[in-house]
Amino acid sequence: MNITAYVVLSGILFTIGCVGVLTRRNAIVVFMCVELMLNATNLALVAFAKQHGNLDGQIAAFFVMVVAAAEVVVGLAIIMTIFRTRRSASVDDASLLKY
Amino acid sequence: MYALHGGESIPVVDPTAADGVFSLLWLVIALPLAGAAILLVGGRYTDKWGHLLGTLLPIGSFVLSLIMFVTVLGRDESDRQVMQHLYTWIEAGHLNVGMDLLYDPLSALFLLLITGVGSLIHIYSIGYMAHDPRRRRFFGYLNLFVAAMLMLVLSENYLGLFLGWEGVGLASYLLIGFWQHKPSAAAAAKKAFVINRVGDMGLSLAIMMFFVLFGSTSFSVISAAAGNASETQMTILGLLLLLGACGKSAQFPLQAWLLDAMEGPTPVSALIHAATMVTAGVYLVVRSNFVFELAPDAQTVVVVVAVISLLWGAWIGCAKDDIKKALAGSTMSQIGYMMLGAGLGVAGYAFAIFHLLTHGFFKANLFLGAGSVMHGMNDDVDMRHYGALRKAMPVTFLTFAMGYLAIIGFPGFSGFWSKDKIIEVALTQSPVVGILALLGAGITGFYMTRMMLMTFFTEKRWEKGVHPHESPAVMTGPLVVLAALSVLGGVMLAGNWIVGFLEPVTGVAEHEDPPIPVLAVSALTVAVVAVGVALAWFLVGKREVPRTAPQDVSFVTRAGREEVYGNKINDTLVVNPSRRLTAALLVTDRRVVDGVLTGGPVAIGAIASVARRAQNGFVRSYALSLLGGVLIVVLALLAVNLA
Amino acid sequence: MSEFPWLTVLWAVPMVGAVVTAFVPKARGEVLPKQVALAFSVLTLAVGVAIAAQFDAGDGMQLTETHDWISAFGVHYALGVDGLGLLLILLTVVLVPIVFVASWHEADGRHPAAFFAWALALEAFALAVFAATDVFLFYVVFEATLIPAYFLIGRFGREGRAYAALKFLMYQLGGGLVLLAAVIGLYVVSADAGTPSYLLSDLQNLDMSTTWERWLFVGFMIAFAVKAPLFPLHTWLADTTEKATPGTSVLLVCILDKIGTFGMLRFCLGLFPEASQWATPVVVTLALISIVYGAFLAIGQDDILRLIGLTSLSHFGFITLGIFALTTQGGSGSILYMVNHGVGTAALFLIAGYLIRRKGTSLISQITGVESRAPVLAGLFLVAGLATLGLPGLSQFVSEIMVMIAAFDYHWWVGAVAVTGIVLAAVYVLWLYERTMTGPPVPGDEALVDLNRRELVAVVPLVAALLLFGFWPMPMLDAANPTVDSLLQHVGVTDDEPMVPAEPGLDFHEEGH
Repeated sequence: MNITAYVVLSGILFTIGCVGVLTRRNAIVVFMCVELMLNATNLALVAFAKQHGNLDGQIAAFFVMVVAAAEVVVGLAIIMTIFRTRRSASVDDASLLKY
Repeated sequence: MYALHGGESIPVVDPTAADGVFSLLWLVIALPLAGAAILLVGGRYTDKWGHLLGTLLPIGSFVLSLIMFVTVLGRDESDRQVMQHLYTWIEAGHLNVGMDLLYDPLSALFLLLITGVGSLIHIYSIGYMAHDPRRRRFFGYLNLFVAAMLMLVLSENYLGLFLGWEGVGLASYLLIGFWQHKPSAAAAAKKAFVINRVGDMGLSLAIMMFFVLFGSTSFSVISAAAGNASETQMTILGLLLLLGACGKSAQFPLQAWLLDAMEGPTPVSALIHAATMVTAGVYLVVRSNFVFELAPDAQTVVVVVAVISLLWGAWIGCAKDDIKKALAGSTMSQIGYMMLGAGLGVAGYAFAIFHLLTHGFFKANLFLGAGSVMHGMNDDVDMRHYGALRKAMPVTFLTFAMGYLAIIGFPGFSGFWSKDKIIEVALTQSPVVGILALLGAGITGFYMTRMMLMTFFTEKRWEKGVHPHESPAVMTGPLVVLAALSVLGGVMLAGNWIVGFLEPVTGVAEHEDPPIPVLAVSALTVAVVAVGVALAWFLVGKREVPRTAPQDVSFVTRAGREEVYGNKINDTLVVNPSRRLTAALLVTDRRVVDGVLTGGPVAIGAIASVARRAQNGFVRSYALSLLGGVLIVVLALLAVNLA
Repeated sequence: MSEFPWLTVLWAVPMVGAVVTAFVPKARGEVLPKQVALAFSVLTLAVGVAIAAQFDAGDGMQLTETHDWISAFGVHYALGVDGLGLLLILLTVVLVPIVFVASWHEADGRHPAAFFAWALALEAFALAVFAATDVFLFYVVFEATLIPAYFLIGRFGREGRAYAALKFLMYQLGGGLVLLAAVIGLYVVSADAGTPSYLLSDLQNLDMSTTWERWLFVGFMIAFAVKAPLFPLHTWLADTTEKATPGTSVLLVCILDKIGTFGMLRFCLGLFPEASQWATPVVVTLALISIVYGAFLAIGQDDILRLIGLTSLSHFGFITLGIFALTTQGGSGSILYMVNHGVGTAALFLIAGYLIRRKGTSLISQITGVESRAPVLAGLFLVAGLATLGLPGLSQFVSEIMVMIAAFDYHWWVGAVAVTGIVLAAVYVLWLYERTMTGPPVPGDEALVDLNRRELVAVVPLVAALLLFGFWPMPMLDAANPTVDSLLQHVGVTDDEPMVPAEPGLDFHEEGH
């Protein structure tokens, strides 16, 4: 099995997610880009697990998925609250927590 | 017992244990001390009878002192030093200081002076302070003073002496500032204490040096071993002791407090600032004869200081219009004579003490007389407002006149004998010093005659509404006794008694004849005094005395009124520089010392206030810096792995 | 009864008292917790007296208790008292009830239960410090004292107390950090030599290289110099005493700061004898600077509490000087000085506190003529002030002259510099008295009444002690002398013999001529 393709795909997905987080203002989109990055790592983990022939990577991927799910619950709740109070989901508007 | 030293013999303090009446030695101090404690702790409850108790207790001490004096006279000359060990005060390593009392001829005379004159002044104060609401407290302080002064002269070691020394300083502080609601009194009290403390530095250092050199502060140990110390060590010790003596006895250069001290009630000026406390410096020098005899250079300095002081004080006495301040200048001058006597060595010690005693009589007499005059003049102290009081206050006038004749050295009066002897010894040892002392005697004649004329003679210059009257018997009684003592004090010299009596303490002087016959010295002294008196008669008695002090006066008078610029000198040399130093140190402490130590936290705070700008609140910029961080870490790992 | 753990009880009683006081139900009012706290402090005093009654001056460390605590590091729970510890323990147990009585209304309306509970906790830790014979245990309770101290300053002081409390804590923690490093270093040395142990008795016989000894000495000394305070580490002192309540200042300056000088004697001299001798010139110089510098700063102050705080800088200079003069007189004198300074300064702080409560200001320039209206207050203040300036007959003189004798013995110029302190002390005390107490009574100042019975009960014992130990210091010296003797023997110094032989000897006779 050629691992290269998987790793490259994972890298491309991660980069897309990364650029999305850095450039998009909408909180929902930023959030989805974070998910994309997480899944890119999942892909890499699973691919390496397959290559090495053990389950370590897959277990790690499950961990990531569980944590991501929990994160979605909290994150979406926060975004909802922000949207409700400010009528905007732009991350740049929520900049009160600063020096 | 005598320690041999270079041909001279210095008496060693070698007392026997106290027995008989001397086992009550502690009681002499304890009586007035108990009085002070009862009156000061008892507060208002003792107001009614406090002054009576406060007077009775010193009288009790006087009776005890008298019995001891008679007892000691009956003893053999070699058996006249008695020591009572009360308890161990301080002990650590070699340092072992006992509460030890020493009764010898020197302290015997002091005991009589302190308790005797002290009791008279207590009696006088009953009348003088009758209208003061705090009279009870006044007597408490006076008793405290008497107890401390007795401790000073009775202690067998320098530390105990220092206890009394500071005790009298405290009593003096409290009594000068007795009318503490007057800011001038409070300031004078503080000034007296602080200047005394400068002198105490000398005494403290001397105590330390005694311990380091001899392993003890006891007179007996030091006097026995003194001959083994080097002359340099003894000279330093002598100078340190002299510094202490200068502070307490208001000698140059620590004289500035004495005139301000006249802010206190007049009995205080009489007891503390004339008769007893200020003479403690003379006592110290005479008591430490085993030091000074081995330090000729220190003795020379004593003589120089004494001569400066006796002229300085006389100068002030001539110019002051305040009767108490004029007397204070005179006190400084007379103590100068005593110091001179003490500085002249074995030949002079006894005469210094003799003059100290007669001065105690006549100066207490003069001060109390001045107090009596003030009492009748509504507490006015300005002699320019007096005049012709001899009719209004006959008893005060007569007693004051006795004191006057004694102090100027009128032949036959006590002051004549004592001052004459000092001048004679001074002339024998150094003609220059002798002539300066003679000059001082002339000035004494001048300023005392001026005081006498301005107060009791010349025309009336009274303030409106002042009706001079004679003081009550409780005040004039002590005046009469003191006047009698001023007249008759000279008997102590009969047959050279006092010299012989003090010999166990001061040593035996080799007889030396003065350069001119003794009678000629006396005649010369009387002549010089007569010139002074005549001068005063022509300058004061024959002219009209202006009611306000004239301003167009010579430099000499102006300087005298300014106390020969003693305060200005102190301010310029010590007080102002210290003020500036304090101010500078305050700034240094805040800016430099605290600044350096709190500088670290302050710098961290400054850096943080710049760095916190990175926290701009934009999530995406945080994410970018996160990415940057990751990239750096990855690149660093690559660099390490590939290298 | 000899097995009874007296020293554990000694610090446990106030600790339990602190907890009980803190948890008295608020509904029971403000008075009950105060009464509980006072009762516990008096009980502690009773335990302290019981300990003193069993104490035998010539018997070294006594009433010892030793239990393993962390055996891997050789840490023990070990307590014991010698003359030094006993005197400081007695000072502590006497001062705390007095502070309670004097500060009865100090924290009213500001949760007084907390004030009294923290004060009891402070007492407990301080007692443990003075009784600890294990270096690690000492370190732990040494640092623990900071917690109650911080809250006492930060919660109950005047305007600006938060800054003062923070400054106090930072200085002390800084010093503590250095101490921690030195304590760890001590473990390293001890472990290298065999089985590690923090017991004082084991560490005293430890062989260590000169370099190690000096470094560790410096570590201990810096911590103690912050505590005691010594120039230039003193600047927290004046800020703290100015902002804290007078009662807190008594606990801090009169008890807690003594840990510094206590530590110098017990640990610096006890554990690092050679390094102590090596450092003497520097420490003596700093002590001299403290004496003069502190006095000058005190003269220039316009705040009574700040002034009193700075006088302590001068006095701690004297104590340190006595310790490092390394003579019997110096050592015993400085131990005496610790106690006497505690008593005298406590009286000054408390009486100044009474005055400030009446006048509503602590500025000297705004107070005058007190004597006319409150003679007892003024009189007691004067006595305490005179003790501070070292008047013979009051206890501080005895210790001061002993220290100065030792200083002179060390080198004449050291004595000569130290002696200027007595003039400067006269200036700051009497000038303070002149400005505040004397002068005509201020009209309309009827609030200025004399001391009431509660206030008198608090300060009269202190003033009485000043007088008693001024004339009869031997009970304290009897306790201090054996401790100092054994300590100096350990350091390896003996007192100089008198320079001039007592017997008239012809050899010396010619020398001066």
